[in-house]
Amino acid sequence: MLNALANVTAASADAVAPLAPTLVDWSRAQFALTAMFHWCFVPLTLGLGVIMAVMETLYVKTGDPKWRRTTRFWQKIFGINFAIGVATGIILEFEFGTNWSNYSWLVGDIFGAPLAIEGILAFFMEATFISIMFFGWDKVGKKAHLASTWLTTAGATFSALWILVANAWMQNPVGWRFNPDTMRTEMTDFWAVALSPFAINKFLHTVTSSWMLGAAVVVGIASWYLLKNREKVFALDSVRVAAAVGFAGLLLTLYTGDKSAYQVAGAQPMKFAAMEGLYDGGTGVEITAVGILNAEKKYDDTQKPMLWDVALPKVLSLLATHSLDGHVPGVSDIVRGGYKDKDGVTTLSVSEKMALGKAVRRALGEYTATSKALREAQKRGDTAAVATATAHLEAQRKTLDAHFKYFGYGFFDSPADAIPHVPLTFYSFRVMVIIGVYYFALFPLLCWLVKTGRFAKMRGLQRLCVCSVPLAYICSQAGWIVAEVGRQPWAIQDILPLGAAVSNLDPTNVKVTFFIFLALFSVLLAAELRILSKQIQAGPEPLSGGLDPCDAGLGGH
Amino acid sequence: MPLGTLDLAFYQNYWWCIVSLLGALLVFMLFVQGGQSLLYSLGKTDAQLAALLRSLGKKWELTFTTLVTFGGAFFASFPLFYSTSFGGAYWVWMLILLSFVVQAVSYEYISRKHNLLGRSAYRGFLFANGLLAPVLLGAAVSTLFHGAEFTVGRGNLAGLMPVVSVWQNSWHGLEAVANLWNVALGLAVFFLSRCLACLHFINNIGDTEIRRKSRNHLLYNTVGFLLCFLPWLVCLLLKTGLTADADGVLAEESFKYFHNFLAAPAAAAFLLLGVVLVLAGILTTLFRPAFRRGIWPAGVGTVLVVLALLLVAGLNETAFYPSLSDAQSSLTIRNSSSSEVTLKAMSVVSLFIPFVLAYICWAWRALGKEDAAPEKSK
Repeated sequence: MLNALANVTAASADAVAPLAPTLVDWSRAQFALTAMFHWCFVPLTLGLGVIMAVMETLYVKTGDPKWRRTTRFWQKIFGINFAIGVATGIILEFEFGTNWSNYSWLVGDIFGAPLAIEGILAFFMEATFISIMFFGWDKVGKKAHLASTWLTTAGATFSALWILVANAWMQNPVGWRFNPDTMRTEMTDFWAVALSPFAINKFLHTVTSSWMLGAAVVVGIASWYLLKNREKVFALDSVRVAAAVGFAGLLLTLYTGDKSAYQVAGAQPMKFAAMEGLYDGGTGVEITAVGILNAEKKYDDTQKPMLWDVALPKVLSLLATHSLDGHVPGVSDIVRGGYKDKDGVTTLSVSEKMALGKAVRRALGEYTATSKALREAQKRGDTAAVATATAHLEAQRKTLDAHFKYFGYGFFDSPADAIPHVPLTFYSFRVMVIIGVYYFALFPLLCWLVKTGRFAKMRGLQRLCVCSVPLAYICSQAGWIVAEVGRQPWAIQDILPLGAAVSNLDPTNVKVTFFIFLALFSVLLAAELRILSKQIQAGPEPLSGGLDPCDAGLGGH
Repeated sequence: MPLGTLDLAFYQNYWWCIVSLLGALLVFMLFVQGGQSLLYSLGKTDAQLAALLRSLGKKWELTFTTLVTFGGAFFASFPLFYSTSFGGAYWVWMLILLSFVVQAVSYEYISRKHNLLGRSAYRGFLFANGLLAPVLLGAAVSTLFHGAEFTVGRGNLAGLMPVVSVWQNSWHGLEAVANLWNVALGLAVFFLSRCLACLHFINNIGDTEIRRKSRNHLLYNTVGFLLCFLPWLVCLLLKTGLTADADGVLAEESFKYFHNFLAAPAAAAFLLLGVVLVLAGILTTLFRPAFRRGIWPAGVGTVLVVLALLLVAGLNETAFYPSLSDAQSSLTIRNSSSSEVTLKAMSVVSLFIPFVLAYICWAWRALGKEDAAPEKSK
């Protein structure tokens, strides 16, 4: 086995030219475009799935046909949204290979397992029961249909679980080791990966925030009917269920959000510092509630980081360490090193980590050469040379094990390479939180107003609900920007920077596909919005109307 | 036998079998694409088009999901193939991808009013997917036997250019069409998907006109399939392949795939039985007008044939992705797989596959009942 691997290793020892810098940028742009476009549809699938499943449960429990009608309308909206979500999801899976082939090899052993489990357990569940949900109203029993609706939602949620397990591993790698014989990271503990607190929290935060988005969309559309004096009962019923689901989701989002900040501060201090626009940290650090960043600020100058801000004393320390006087490092602190981390260990500077990373890369080269020498000695039957090479390999392996955690820093040219885009991360975080708080106030208010019968007359609030729908999407996208841009420059935190994760392509190839995707997504989005708006204008089916299962599409849903 | 007592080689073989099975199921499920490529030929009236789309519309997601799962399983179990082929044959995979993206939205949007592009555009998208997907997937599978131009150098990770897998030409996969055998298998899969689609329509749609036309198309496409597939199969049996020795060093072996069939009689039996079943399904449908269940023997036969071919591509220490640039860079299931821990974890999950298949069958039965009745789909 060892020989086989080394033979493959030796095959292209003649290294090719270094990668073009624009390749990484275009590959990032393409992946960001695809991921963000995909994420326009997934949260609605997750959120609306729960809402319509609750509605159908009410139908089965009460037997009241109005709930069947309500459920069927929202299922049509779900179907239109679902198709484009599926279509864009497959692109991400392909792009891991097409654009991030080195990443695929380096982490395939860990990342692949959640992806395969997602396919076998979640996708088939989703794809099978969604057919029953759309086409099975008159072909299976009420309870079987209800089960199919819940299973479709469960499939979508389960799918989110596994992809978020993989994503959480990229943010905080656990349960792995680097194998220099195969030149990749390998999983040592499946449960450590699958049940990592980072993964569970990320899953809960993402899914429950999606309930918020689903609720915002339902509330917005239902409010539009009220403004048009149409479908009053249907609209109020929809708001009642959606606001309750949205509020429940937001309670969980808030809890997991706090936990997420704590986890990020520990595992990804640079991301946390970027989120807060914090350059020089310390103890009892204040949080910038709102502020304007100084765009000229660099990590190694003395300029003020904020042009204007409103700060709350000690709150950042509380958020990051759950202690008012906890220590929070800033961007410059992390680059300089020398402070004690949460485990009490003095941190290295980025320059020191870069030196160790480069040493690890050199050691890897030496390990490969020694492996080759060992094989040749074994072939010759030279026992002395075998013993020497084996001892060298052992020592080199120990060096690699001790310092591999700095491997990724070995690809940097300057400490500045380790810093993500601070303004984008900082503003996205605030946008996410502010909109989240807005909905946290709106949903319980709506629950109360609908219950007391006042909402139907509140035209101003109805208009606000309609206008607020885009805010939910902005909030959700902002969350992803914080998570993903904040992780930069890493594909895998501290292990693999994006520059070493790409496929070796001429950038022109990626540019062409980027613009193909951009054009395609623009057209599909325009078509989607047009179909959605027409479906909303058409409204729910007449109460006494037929229930042609294909009324919403010849072959689709 | 407890999973813990099995070794890495067992799990590598097991996952090659699973991936082969998923690939075989995918090729069978490509009848959806075959049907899409027949939309213009069989759907002359709005009612006929509606019947065709309704019939395919309940199945397309399963084909799509099988493709995604096949890709995911390949990534998880043989990540070096994923990174080498996807990152290298960029344009082949991108074209396949784009065709599936437009397919996924077309079923939902085609019948909607105000769908922006008009019905004919979405019909065109479905046709494009019906044409491109089988041809390109078939050609991609053919490269598992006929090779591609790449090198693999794990040591690159420590060097200036850290990418492990490097494609050796700037065509990035499009060069595969320069090999006639790749084109032949691409066309064979295309014609086969159309044959299966005809059999599916005959079984699933009551419209007599559609059934009559499907029979005609079944004949033409069977001829096309046989003309492309049989020479490809003969070429394969005569072909020289690469075998890895105990140290993983690869060397050429004449009649490699023929030897593989001899070494794995079960695969040979699958191939023969599969061919018989495919032909039985087609010929019985052609010669007995009342017979409408040809899709089942032909479908099972297709799965068996593709399974047999994929098994011999990788088992028996064969290079399942031969490198035309450097033989020692070729991928085998030994040098490209995930670790034992990962394969073992996934093997536990794979035990759920029969359960998944069971509920898929239940769903198909529940939804399929009415389509077979002529009056419902006319």
